Amino acid sequence: MRTPSQTVGPFFSIGLARRDDAVLAPGGLRLQGRLLDGEDGPIVDGVVELWDGERWGRCGTDAEGRFAFSIAKPAPRPGETPRLDVFVFARGLLRHQLTRIYFPDEPNETDPVYAGLEPADRETLVAAQEDGALRFDIRMQGDRATVFFEH
Amino acid sequence: MIDAADPYAGPVVLPDDESFGLEVQVDYPGYRSTRWRAPKRPLVTLPEEFHSLAGPVFGEDVLEELDDDLTRQHDGEPLGERIVVHGRVLDEDGRPIRGALVEIWQANAAGRYRHEVDRHPAPLDPNFSGAGRCLTDGEGRYRFVSIKPGAYPWGNHDNAWRPAHIHFSLFGRLFTERLVTQMYFPGDPLFPYDPIMNSVRDPRARALLVSRFDLAETTPEWALAYEWDIVLGRGGRGTTPFEP
Repeated sequence: MRTPSQTVGPFFSIGLARRDDAVLAPGGLRLQGRLLDGEDGPIVDGVVELWDGERWGRCGTDAEGRFAFSIAKPAPRPGETPRLDVFVFARGLLRHQLTRIYFPDEPNETDPVYAGLEPADRETLVAAQEDGALRFDIRMQGDRATVFFEH
Repeated sequence: MIDAADPYAGPVVLPDDESFGLEVQVDYPGYRSTRWRAPKRPLVTLPEEFHSLAGPVFGEDVLEELDDDLTRQHDGEPLGERIVVHGRVLDEDGRPIRGALVEIWQANAAGRYRHEVDRHPAPLDPNFSGAGRCLTDGEGRYRFVSIKPGAYPWGNHDNAWRPAHIHFSLFGRLFTERLVTQMYFPGDPLFPYDPIMNSVRDPRARALLVSRFDLAETTPEWALAYEWDIVLGRGGRGTTPFEP
């Protein structure tokens, strides 16, 4: 029987933000976004973790719910398009949530997971080009809620 | 009990409330902060092979000296009851997970976190930061020296107090073996009143969050000891949170 999950709570930065872990690729692409709750308000005590299969990173959200990473587009796995796997932790989440970030300039409709989603849901997983950076907002709830995966 | 009109406004949910299933609840009214944060739509299932993907590997370079001894990170010693917390990190088949990064954080003996958001009017301890890290050894073992954290009030409901706990963050071998959880101390009278602990509805699963007093590992004239093993589950296989 596995050990159950419990929330990170509001004070996780004591243990999980002791180092700057937001650089997966030095001098790489800037990926930025906001973590938003069901009232479109910022989640100021959340943490986002990225994993591209080789590089890992972590960033706590700020007073506006913002997070930012320096990343590189990973090589695609066979039959898939490039993506980042994402865990979201926050006070109020009893278990972390899993989502993924696809890149806007890729034939994502050939990716089996992406292709299996409703069109409106697909859009929630694709980063947008914005002023030379990639923009990816994570919405926990609502009409435009980000797709989360079972894990 | 839950107020049907506004379940999030209700008082704490006690463990004999059967209105929830036995799984870990994502959206759990007893814990009010879930209201606008827990996803409301069903989670999407990923292909089984996703759950076999390897996760990040951490080495000694992420550790600093004394990361595993929270009582020696300052010039003086922290106040409180000195404890050893140790155990093993295992996969669901009972195999030890070696080299797993274990990160902990906790309140001080007075129940106060060294964090700007913590407004609990209890003293900070200049000799206690409350954070630790280690990597599991060749048998999956971890070991920290710390002080026993205090209970603290948290405003979730009238006169709400968290039972004493240590936060744990763990990375397994697989990406989906990631876990963040909390370790509790045996016999805490606050257990029945805590909605976070009781969000785990299965009493057997809840018991897995409680450490065991370990007389054999106490250090005479110096420290008490608690043992807590952690089992990292992976996703997939139908993703049942608990085996029957």
